[in-house]
Amino acid sequence: MDFSDTPEEAAFRAEVRAFLEANAEPKSETRTVYPVSYGSLDMLPLAREWQRKKAEAGLVGLSWPKQYGGRALPQIYQVIFDQEQSNYLVPHSVFDIGLGMCIPTMMTFATEEQKTRFVGPAVRGEEIWCQLFSEPAAGSDVAALQTRSVKDGDDWVINGQKIWTSGAHFSDWGVLVTRSDPSLPKHKGLTFFFLNMKSPGITIKPIRQISDSSNFNEVFFTDVRIPDAQRLGAVGDGWKVAVATLMNERLAVGESREPNFADLFRLCRQLELEDGPALRNALIRDKLADWYVQQQGMRFTRFRTMTALSRGQTPGPESSMLKIVNANKRQAIARFGSELLEMTGSLVDPGLSPLKAVMQQALLDAPGTRIGGGTEEILRTVIAERVLGMPAEIRVDKDIPFKDLAKQ
Amino acid sequence: MNFDFSDEQQELRSQARRFLEKHCTPAKVNARLDGAPFDRTLWQAIADMGWMGTAIPEEYGGLGLSYIDLCVIAEELGRCVAPVPFSSSAYLATNAILQAADERQKTAWLPGLADGSVIGTFALSEGTAAPSAKTIGTTFDGKTLSGTKLPVIDADCADFAIVVARDSQGRIVLCRADLRQPAVAIEAVDSVDDSRGHAKVTFNRAPAELLAGQTGWSVIETLIDGAAVLVSFEQIGGAQRSLEMARDYSLQRRSFGRQIGSYQAIKHKLADMWIAIETARSNAYYGAWALQNGPAELPVAAAAARISACEAYWFASKENIQTHGGVGFTWEFDCHLYYRRAALLAVMLGSPRIWKDRLIQTLEQRNAA
Repeated sequence: MDFSDTPEEAAFRAEVRAFLEANAEPKSETRTVYPVSYGSLDMLPLAREWQRKKAEAGLVGLSWPKQYGGRALPQIYQVIFDQEQSNYLVPHSVFDIGLGMCIPTMMTFATEEQKTRFVGPAVRGEEIWCQLFSEPAAGSDVAALQTRSVKDGDDWVINGQKIWTSGAHFSDWGVLVTRSDPSLPKHKGLTFFFLNMKSPGITIKPIRQISDSSNFNEVFFTDVRIPDAQRLGAVGDGWKVAVATLMNERLAVGESREPNFADLFRLCRQLELEDGPALRNALIRDKLADWYVQQQGMRFTRFRTMTALSRGQTPGPESSMLKIVNANKRQAIARFGSELLEMTGSLVDPGLSPLKAVMQQALLDAPGTRIGGGTEEILRTVIAERVLGMPAEIRVDKDIPFKDLAKQ
Repeated sequence: MNFDFSDEQQELRSQARRFLEKHCTPAKVNARLDGAPFDRTLWQAIADMGWMGTAIPEEYGGLGLSYIDLCVIAEELGRCVAPVPFSSSAYLATNAILQAADERQKTAWLPGLADGSVIGTFALSEGTAAPSAKTIGTTFDGKTLSGTKLPVIDADCADFAIVVARDSQGRIVLCRADLRQPAVAIEAVDSVDDSRGHAKVTFNRAPAELLAGQTGWSVIETLIDGAAVLVSFEQIGGAQRSLEMARDYSLQRRSFGRQIGSYQAIKHKLADMWIAIETARSNAYYGAWALQNGPAELPVAAAAARISACEAYWFASKENIQTHGGVGFTWEFDCHLYYRRAALLAVMLGSPRIWKDRLIQTLEQRNAA
């Protein structure tokens, strides 16, 4: 049990700090959120530039093998990087899905030639990736997907629709799971590909969210052709590849998103209530303490996961808990922080509220955090079954050919 | 960085669990709850394992291991709701002497605590007010103590108490007073968890000795911080056992033709118990590290560990009863042992309300610095 850095870790932390000091603005009492929002197209060149700088400094893909531009470091180094970066205002990453899920999947399933072609541009921020799994009728039950792939010569022809695809509108490449054989039960008969998002036959429609931004999309496929050489894994093994992609997602969970404890603490230090400074109010202190404890609990849980990894254990469904706790905490802080602002708590104009209205804006964004990447209901079921060994849900559709399910 | 116990500590854990499953059964806890006197045989068996001396340096008769090792033992004792004065003697009395006594006193007093032949406790509370430098009314005139402490846990079996008092100059001091002397009146009182004895202790100009190394309220705070980390492991052990009991029962009990554990209402409840426990565990690990290696981090780390452990044990112990349904509410099933202990430990070192306030106060000070 040692929470101090080893000499190597301390040296790396110093390297990260020096890089951040030279290249980014630290968060301050009044500015805690990067001024250009995720949904804005202005953000894209800024995000690419930031990614390029990190890549040049050798700070991307820390745990990846050296031949793909990584540094072959233990996972804990990514934690150190994230910790340090969380003290700075940096563009929202549009590369997390690509680097956290798509590229690791490529590294496991693509050919050497493909890896050489794709890893570098992704690391340097030149190419953005998206993940095409969910469909209108396949959300939590993603294996119920219907998008068809049919072999035609050396190509596959894709028809169907994906939805909730983050960043599809600015992505260059995507990973896609399709149904190649509906005569098999739903988890079988799936096949996995990567494809060029500019391929003919792809139509992308942004989805307007509660928060009025449009981070994700509907993606329609009409006779889209993918070369068989871009298949990842065997025909019919798509579920296995998709599960591997989602396993990587478990590792990609970072520091909790704003507004977090630090933001609310900052807000309370600035606010004067009817009976004095907000921080002197007993109710507020009680709430702050609860969220501090949750935040630290999740931070150290992530550390524990990294320790398990360094001992050669695979990350379990335990990290589902990080998502459940962080998403609920974020929504609760956004609500509490907004209500602390009394009648101005309804204003989302960044010029009219402390901390650029981060609380009010997050209030409208927070419901999505509890749904995306696995709803908390599904995650609780995962914890109950995989960690606690509780009986599995009854699955009436498990062994029935997919094409017969609709008839039931 | 490494955020887990070492292989040696895991071995210590299995050894402790095997020992306690054999020697510290629910039947023993129940017997004590039903009025049986303190079980000296059990205490001696634990002493023979060397546990009381875990973190006491070898020069004072201890094993000279770390507080992190003591945390491992704490979790196992919590898991079996051990009806012994371990926290009073091995955390509070022992650490008070280690931190506030002078060399002569340490040499004289610690070996007996380390080998279990002497039992100590800690007398702080004087009623409903949260103890603070302002509220302590017990006085020490340089030779004798006067005042009433309520409650004093384990006063029924302890040989001496470390008493928090005010000296003639108004300073907060720690004194060691023998509990078996005519000037000390010990009146047993009923508590929510009678597997640990509770008493009202009155000192009538009782001879006592000042701990001559350190004085002042900050000594008490550091002492309580350390105990809070250790107790948080006891709480986690009890919460984890509560979760396991709920799971085992839900797999065995059937309603409407199915195991009740197959319903999401139960599965999700148990997932929430697990989340609360793991949150507490992560905070407690940080607390353990701070107790051993990071004194500057201890006030924040101890508060976080204590707040989340209180929450986890409360939630797990009450939902364990709920999962059992009617039988969970009976004396015969063991669920209540955990619910009782959760309620006791939640106030034993100060309520979560007080700790939350202290946590924010420390963060404010840190931020101002």
